[in-house]
Amino acid sequence: MTSNFAKVTNERADIELDCSGLLCPLPVYQVSLALGQLSPGQVLRLVTTDPGSLEDIPALARQTGNTLLAAERHEDHQLFWIEKGLRS
Amino acid sequence: MTDTISHPSTDEVVGRRRIALVASKGTLDQAYPPLILATTAASLGWEAGVYFTFYGLDILHEERLQRLKVASLANPAGPIQLPNLLGALPGATAAATKIMKKWMSDARMPTVPEFIEMAQGLGVRFFACSTTMGVMGVEEDDLIKGCEIAGAAAFLDYAADADVQLFV
Repeated sequence: MTSNFAKVTNERADIELDCSGLLCPLPVYQVSLALGQLSPGQVLRLVTTDPGSLEDIPALARQTGNTLLAAERHEDHQLFWIEKGLRS
Repeated sequence: MTDTISHPSTDEVVGRRRIALVASKGTLDQAYPPLILATTAASLGWEAGVYFTFYGLDILHEERLQRLKVASLANPAGPIQLPNLLGALPGATAAATKIMKKWMSDARMPTVPEFIEMAQGLGVRFFACSTTMGVMGVEEDDLIKGCEIAGAAAFLDYAADADVQLFV
């Protein structure tokens, strides 16, 4: 796990994606499609409930050249802010 | 058979990771892992190809892929825990299949045909084993659209340049 989990994040977001209730690989699939619609520098805010996404979303960011700005880990869900990279 | 999948230009290929998967099993439960991994890899921006061989070819078979089943016999981890003697009874396979489909549907997981559509939409390449086609009497027209017919050498040529190779 290379990302930093903060209690509170003040990151802005350009679009929101709610993947609550979806299991792997659907959050990664949905994020990939959503990032495809963004321009470099724009930020996606993601909600997940699959605990696997704690590792999957940082992996997605690493593999696709997008930046995981922040992540919040809550009792029953996770929040992620992903900035669209230049090369993705 | 037309190859509907566009091939990325050389520039795009440079630095791109690749996964080469073999799907050798034709049961409903074993159809999921290669399709999930291929879809995930493509979502990560990787090139992904799946070689469907032996019973795995059923996953590309337009009719058979609609009625893939979960084995109730000799499947101790299956959805119904029955002694093998009872697992052989008529209807046991249908029951195990029905339970697996309900698990998937309750968990909001896509069906196998839906995963195939997702994978192809992301550019995952599906290779149909030509030997299996010959042995089992499967014709090109029996397969879903967008498959590429390939022998083992062609697949190994593809897999040799892959960063990850997995056999299911």
